[in-house]
Amino acid sequence: MDFNADHFTLFGLPRVFNVDQGILDVRFREAQAQVHPDKFADASDADRRLSMQWATRVNEAYQSLKKPLPRAQYLLHLAGHDVGAENNTAMPVDFLMEQMEWREAVQEARQAGQVDELEDLHFRLRDQIAERYAELGALFDQQADYSAAADLTRRLMFLEKLQHDIDEALVALEDQ
Amino acid sequence: MALLQIAEPGQSELPHEHKLAVGIDLGTTNSLVATVRSGMAVVLNDEDGRALLPSVVRYLPEGEVVVGIEAQAQQALDPKNTIVSVKRFMGRGLEDIGHVESAPYDFQVAPGMVRLKTRAGVKSPVEVSADILKVLRARAEAALGGELVGAVITVPAYFDDAQRQATKDAARLAGLNVLRLLNEPTAAAIAYGLDNASEGIYAVYDLGGGTFDISILRLSKGVFEVMATGGDSALGGDDFDQRILCWISETAKLAPLAPKDNRLLLTKAREAKEYLTSHMEAPITAKLTSGELVDLKLTAETFNDITQTLVAKTLQPCKKALRDAGLRPTDVKGVVMVGGATRIPAIQKAVGEFFRQEPLTNLDPDKVVALGAATQANLLAGNRNAGDDWLLLDVIPLSLGLETMGGLTEKVITRNSTIPVARAQEFTTFKDGQTAMAIHVVQGERELVSDCRSLARFELRGIPPMVAGAPRIRVTFQVDADGLLSVTAREQTSGVEASVAVKPSYGLTDDEITGMLQASLDNAKDDAFRRALQEARVEADRLLEATEAALKEDAQLLDASERARVDVALEKLRTLIQGDDRHAINHGMDLLALETNEFAARRMDKSIKRALAGKRVDDVKIGEEE
Repeated sequence: MDFNADHFTLFGLPRVFNVDQGILDVRFREAQAQVHPDKFADASDADRRLSMQWATRVNEAYQSLKKPLPRAQYLLHLAGHDVGAENNTAMPVDFLMEQMEWREAVQEARQAGQVDELEDLHFRLRDQIAERYAELGALFDQQADYSAAADLTRRLMFLEKLQHDIDEALVALEDQ
Repeated sequence: MALLQIAEPGQSELPHEHKLAVGIDLGTTNSLVATVRSGMAVVLNDEDGRALLPSVVRYLPEGEVVVGIEAQAQQALDPKNTIVSVKRFMGRGLEDIGHVESAPYDFQVAPGMVRLKTRAGVKSPVEVSADILKVLRARAEAALGGELVGAVITVPAYFDDAQRQATKDAARLAGLNVLRLLNEPTAAAIAYGLDNASEGIYAVYDLGGGTFDISILRLSKGVFEVMATGGDSALGGDDFDQRILCWISETAKLAPLAPKDNRLLLTKAREAKEYLTSHMEAPITAKLTSGELVDLKLTAETFNDITQTLVAKTLQPCKKALRDAGLRPTDVKGVVMVGGATRIPAIQKAVGEFFRQEPLTNLDPDKVVALGAATQANLLAGNRNAGDDWLLLDVIPLSLGLETMGGLTEKVITRNSTIPVARAQEFTTFKDGQTAMAIHVVQGERELVSDCRSLARFELRGIPPMVAGAPRIRVTFQVDADGLLSVTAREQTSGVEASVAVKPSYGLTDDEITGMLQASLDNAKDDAFRRALQEARVEADRLLEATEAALKEDAQLLDASERARVDVALEKLRTLIQGDDRHAINHGMDLLALETNEFAARRMDKSIKRALAGKRVDDVKIGEEE
């Protein structure tokens, strides 16, 4: 285990999008079992700090690999294809139109206080997102087409943000 | 043992020595202490056989402090000097506290945390909590026949940084070494998990006296992973008492109550609530100071009516936590009930309906947290048996962020991140030649800074004058395994670095703690201050020894200039130990730690490489997860 290794190497995993979630979980827990501050509860302050840094590092790596969007972004980063979210916002018109329709639907449901409608949107979007991740896996692991992968990752960033906003709208309605 | 321990992870020097460690549930209404005896977690009773210590502290005219049932018995007579539910004030300003008008105390506004004016002087909630902890510590030391190595203290998962810091400060003040702050629901799951060897997704529904927590946990192969938490830090069993009190006042058409009457009726309200857990009707009788007699009957039906909104209020955080964890109610395999208020039948019913299953109630909901804390304390103290080596991975309950332009919050670490966690963000100046920058750290989920809790404000000075936008100021948030935050800021262009570490403004400064320790030394002949100095010396000795041993073993990992810097730090610390300035000693240790950080990292690297050598992905057994 090398502090400066990339996240995949840290857990001894192959550098692929479709990581084996089970092995990742096990590897993560094995690593934490070695470095977690609880294992150093009666150690000196210096060691506790060090163990905290290691545990922080392991958590960071796990968080980057656990969920598909950060994992895709990280893979692109390792391959030198940064998604460049800020400088590269030009998206195809049809995609943007679709996004606007979704957002209007969310906003209408929110204003009308339709929790059921929002929940329906939530699950529909979840299915769509899952399909695109399947495509993304093929782009990374079979076709090694990083520029197509970067493009799809950017779309997924929009979709995940939309999902987040739907969830926020649900929370806002439920809190009323 | 310091660096040596890193070389040999998991091996303690004296494997068979049983260290005395306890778990403490520092509750709003009651507190408990538990320990592990012959492999079994047990709650330690007082000499009269009582497990629960009411979290009530009374300050007497002669300077004596009474804690527990005697204090509780007198609270109606002496409400101003009898502090109940102090946990609600921990790390809180006056503006944060609900029902201020109905609380009988003389509150004083103080920077960061509210203070209470009593006849024993102005008390910080930290001091009042420390008085409770001292009683529990004495109880444990008497029962176990020795000094404690340390304690695990539980806090609601929903506690923010200031409240956690205040709890840790209270423990320090009571002379307790905190092995870990543990989230209450997690402690409960530990108590259940170990007894029942459960695997799967569990929800812990914890309705205590003053706080509500819901946690979604994943238990598997000895790992307790907190997937999401939520709750309400101002909702608890006490609110049910308040509702009954309001009902009494309205039904009996009482005039505004004197503090004594208020306190008396609140006690009666609580008794009625408890009575209704096993009866359909509770009698309420009380004689007020005016001589007026209150004689009412509260039916279970009326009680359910007037508290219905409180019950419903607990279900919203349940929904939210499930959504955060990406789960539906039916994914949950079991619901653990914690806290005395979960004995209320309407709550058990509502929770059962929400999760579509009977909640688990086979452990005493008042004791389950302390039992789990004791189990964890036992492990952390190093009393490990082969086979019970498990790991607890916790999350941060609320997002942490910074104030940006226009009073908006920029989240730096989002809630439910697994801790410890660190995240850095870069900022820059907006004026030419700007040499200072204000940094405001907040905690909460809302967009506007004014809706979040302000944790700390500090200024980074000494930025070299440059054109606007040129400096690169890196602000790093580090949250440790207890959920406590430290923030550093560094300007990193042109080699100039400035850094500042902040303590949350709601916590107490080291000086305040020292002052309180000193005061308790003067008043109660407590030796905590000396003890702290002695502990610092012992710790420094250990660090010196360990560093020397490590240098002997792995000198080749350092080059000459690195070695020279370590030697200087070693020498400085040796000198400081001779003196009696605890802070200087701690500072010397920090310095040595800083100089040996890289060295220790290399050593850890080396040992982990050795430990993992030859292990491959294919060797890892996945078991039932496949």
